[in-house]
Amino acid sequence: MNSLQNYLLLSSLLFSIGLAGALTRRNAILVLIGIELMLNAANLNFIAFWRYGPAPAALTGIMFTIFSISIAAAEAAVGLSIILAAYRHCRTTDLDQMNSLKG
Amino acid sequence: MILAVLAVAGTAAAMGLRNAVHCVLALTLGFAGIAMLYLQLGAQFVGFTQILVYVGAVAILAVFAIMMTHNDQSVAPPTSSFPWLLGVVIASAVFAVLARAIISSAAPAQGQPPQPAVPQPGVTVLQIGDALMHHFVLPLEIMGLLLTAALIGAVVIAMDRREEGE
Repeated sequence: MNSLQNYLLLSSLLFSIGLAGALTRRNAILVLIGIELMLNAANLNFIAFWRYGPAPAALTGIMFTIFSISIAAAEAAVGLSIILAAYRHCRTTDLDQMNSLKG
Repeated sequence: MILAVLAVAGTAAAMGLRNAVHCVLALTLGFAGIAMLYLQLGAQFVGFTQILVYVGAVAILAVFAIMMTHNDQSVAPPTSSFPWLLGVVIASAVFAVLARAIISSAAPAQGQPPQPAVPQPGVTVLQIGDALMHHFVLPLEIMGLLLTAALIGAVVIAMDRREEGE
């Protein structure tokens, strides 16, 4: 469990779980959570490549992950508020029932 | 290995459970597992940031959103117009492609022995702050601007506008 390959496999597994969730769930909040999971898998890739890469002293992977986590947090806040606004309008978070453009 | 199982089990439960609140609780477990993996990889700061941001903030935010939008349909069976099985098949295919690429391409990378895990002394917060303030200062400023804009935007979008209109 301590080689780059294993971490890459783990992160692709996490990505696939997030993708399956984002594709199959009906609740909009859970779809957003699936997207967050895919972002997390990408972050794990960054850290693993930084750790096993040729220049771990450069801190580039850590910086990339920190900025990526900040963007993911902003995205989660804006996405959840959009879901709240849509819920107030449509009275549901079910994606199959939000099927009209003009409400 | 245990951490990997914890992370995968938590996230898989988060995507598979029926009750949305249970999903978020399992997701917290999965995020904590990923944070432990960061710690195992020697990125302490990122691990604790992960705990603060995801386990602390994003999970709480999701719980609040689920509670505010709660109705009886939230425990309805998660079958959608997009077939359940098709989504799983697509995700499995993506995983198969990725895994095959990783396994087939990692052979030359193993030829040069990577730096073993020991000589890495662990990155201190001092180094990270130094890099943030010198080399990465422009991205840091842009990130601050983005977070401010996201904060204001989230408040404006989620604001209840019915009182203003009437």
